[in-house]
Amino acid sequence: MTAPITLQMVLLLGGYLALVWGLAQPMGRWLAAVADGAPTRLRRVEAGLFRLCGIDATREQGWRGYALSLLLFNALGVVAVYALQRLQAVLPLNPQALPAVAPDSALNTAISFVTNTNWQGYAGESTMSHLTQMLGLGVQNFLSAATGIAVAFALMRAFARQGTGTLGSFPVDVVRITLYVLLPLSFVLALVFAGQGVIQNFSPDVSARLIEPWLQADGSTLTTQTLPMGPVASQEAIKMLGTNGGGFMNANSSHPFENPTPWSNLLQMVVIFLIPAGLCVAFGRMVGDRRQGHALLAAMTLLFVIAVLGIMAFEQSGNPKLAALGADTAASALQPGGNMEGKEARFGIAASALFAAITTAASCGAVNAMHASLTPLAGGIAMLLMQLGEVVFGGVGSGLYGMLLFAVLAVFIAALMTGRSPEYLGKKIEPAEMKRVSIALLVTPLLVLIGTAIAVSTDAGRAGLLNPGAAGLSEVLYAFSSAANNNGSAFAGLSANTPFYNTALGIAMALGRFAVIVPVLALAGALAARKRTPRETVVGNAAALPTHGPLFIVLLVLTVLLVGALTYLPALALGPVVEHINMIH
Amino acid sequence: MHALLAHCRTALTVFLLLSVITGLAYPLVVTLAAQSLFASQTRGSLIHDRADDEGNVSGETVIGSSLIGQPFASPGHFWSRPSATAPMPYNGSASGGSNLGANNPQLLDAVRARIAALRAADPDNRAPVPVDLVTASASGLDPDISLAAAVYQSARVARARGIDITAVQTLIEQLAQRPWLGIVGEPRVNVVALNRALDAAR
Repeated sequence: MTAPITLQMVLLLGGYLALVWGLAQPMGRWLAAVADGAPTRLRRVEAGLFRLCGIDATREQGWRGYALSLLLFNALGVVAVYALQRLQAVLPLNPQALPAVAPDSALNTAISFVTNTNWQGYAGESTMSHLTQMLGLGVQNFLSAATGIAVAFALMRAFARQGTGTLGSFPVDVVRITLYVLLPLSFVLALVFAGQGVIQNFSPDVSARLIEPWLQADGSTLTTQTLPMGPVASQEAIKMLGTNGGGFMNANSSHPFENPTPWSNLLQMVVIFLIPAGLCVAFGRMVGDRRQGHALLAAMTLLFVIAVLGIMAFEQSGNPKLAALGADTAASALQPGGNMEGKEARFGIAASALFAAITTAASCGAVNAMHASLTPLAGGIAMLLMQLGEVVFGGVGSGLYGMLLFAVLAVFIAALMTGRSPEYLGKKIEPAEMKRVSIALLVTPLLVLIGTAIAVSTDAGRAGLLNPGAAGLSEVLYAFSSAANNNGSAFAGLSANTPFYNTALGIAMALGRFAVIVPVLALAGALAARKRTPRETVVGNAAALPTHGPLFIVLLVLTVLLVGALTYLPALALGPVVEHINMIH
Repeated sequence: MHALLAHCRTALTVFLLLSVITGLAYPLVVTLAAQSLFASQTRGSLIHDRADDEGNVSGETVIGSSLIGQPFASPGHFWSRPSATAPMPYNGSASGGSNLGANNPQLLDAVRARIAALRAADPDNRAPVPVDLVTASASGLDPDISLAAAVYQSARVARARGIDITAVQTLIEQLAQRPWLGIVGEPRVNVVALNRALDAAR
């Protein structure tokens, strides 16, 4: 047996992290600048737009106003995406003449894309017209990402400001984030992807004559292959940049037209973490102490590296049952070996395992390998990354505000242990704050565990399972973990396009998004109103835990792991762990 | 009430404005720019052949994409990776993997049958079968096989074509793609390109 961690894996992971940390610095500087108000040159451009929309850019909102604006804006998104799917048959840019999407699936998809989950119960290439993809799903790729970043901006301002009732203006934030961050970066990315071979056109499908006619099981001969077409590159760019993850094609980023080369793959992986990592840096800048941002980034990186190495090792070790049948699973100069079921030859084990960790650590949910066919414990780690609350880099915006919830919790626990009053970045943490943190942290575990319990104890829930036994439980647990944490990837064996799952997962996605955002904004409101304790007092307070040092980083990592482990270990033990024992015996 | 109405009006106008910019202008501008820079890639990296089945030159026929795999079953062609697309393998309208878990009996039966088929087509070859050649890809459209999978099949292909095995191995070597610095990418070869090169050499 070869070593489960190859040299290629170590170098790929090291190079990848260097790229992410390096690019996070300029990204963070830019995000902080946008959060502080647009640079003067852009102010003139945006003034016209704001006048057009009737927005007074200088008027800020309190947390309730910010939340109300956000909810209304996202409700409009649900209505628009739902309507486009239901009406696509009579709208233009539908060269394949695709019919209207069924109501339950359409509503599920609308919620899914508005909540930045991008769970997909349907197969894109045979369900959505080009117009629905662009004007419905594509728009929400931008706007759901902008919404998440806006909430992070509001919370960052709450720490940076003091004695104020306002957090910024949601409409202004959304416009600036979209126009100054997401749009220009997506444009450049889309062109690079197109250069690598990602398609970008408005053509109907192309029929190709097969080189060798294929004799089918029923005796007939197949002579053609259908090649799907569409504006993929433009959507691919924002799909990654906004940690959306919803594929144009059913096979998502494993499809050669979405992710054609090892280089497009590397770029996709870097782009997923770009904004989540950049926001940590931006946070440090905004609170006037860059070490604070880097401490969060370090905690995320530590959790991430442990998870990646685990997934890589299990995937490279492969499935002993296949080796027993006569398959060669050893890595060599001529093949990656390992567990190649559900993987692409151009990505092999190293780049597939790394991608699987990235996409579940960030709440992206794009896949370049089929997660249902991961070895059981690798799949379990991917699941756990989501269940930790999508705070290991996490979604754009949601990763940072999720991690800040844990940071407040860690500070609170540390204060209980040392008998001092808790304080984070000079802000006193009192019952009002802790209540809001607790609500925000408890919403998703409740959704996941209750949802899974209902699904496995009803006929409608069990009807969708593909894999028998413990793997079946994993499918359901993965689905609810993915939906409630707004990830969107799947153990796709589950037939989730049924009224039961469309409804149950739709509820999980909506509450997992907005029942967290509202308490986070409420927390921001409380924090913004507080005075910052003068810095001298903080320094003089020798026993207060500095929140930029290694001790705090370890405490933060342990807090995240403790909450996640206590909540999910029993369920994981019944799913992936049982599956693993079945595999090796 | 008035405040709520103002909220709604703002939300609606911002939503419409950003929808037009990101949902219409953005993909259109990307299409124009990308198609002028990368004409072939944006249209699917299509492969054209001027001859039809009878060898008549009849305009440009699309015979595939250099990025999308095709199924092959004759002993004289390299076989692609198994594809789990339904109802037929390498169905471009329904990309996807098998989604079978590691313990699923269906997976084990399928792998057993694939190994048996490869051995039946090449009875003298007792080597273990490279794993990518008996496992379904993620997309069901994987254009590549590992170099190990190509080497494994080279004796069968040479025998079926009545050519020397070194000629086949030379072709593999010419079309082989290897990881950059041993880090980015995997050792592999494009099956459609390899089989076209074999057919052209005939």
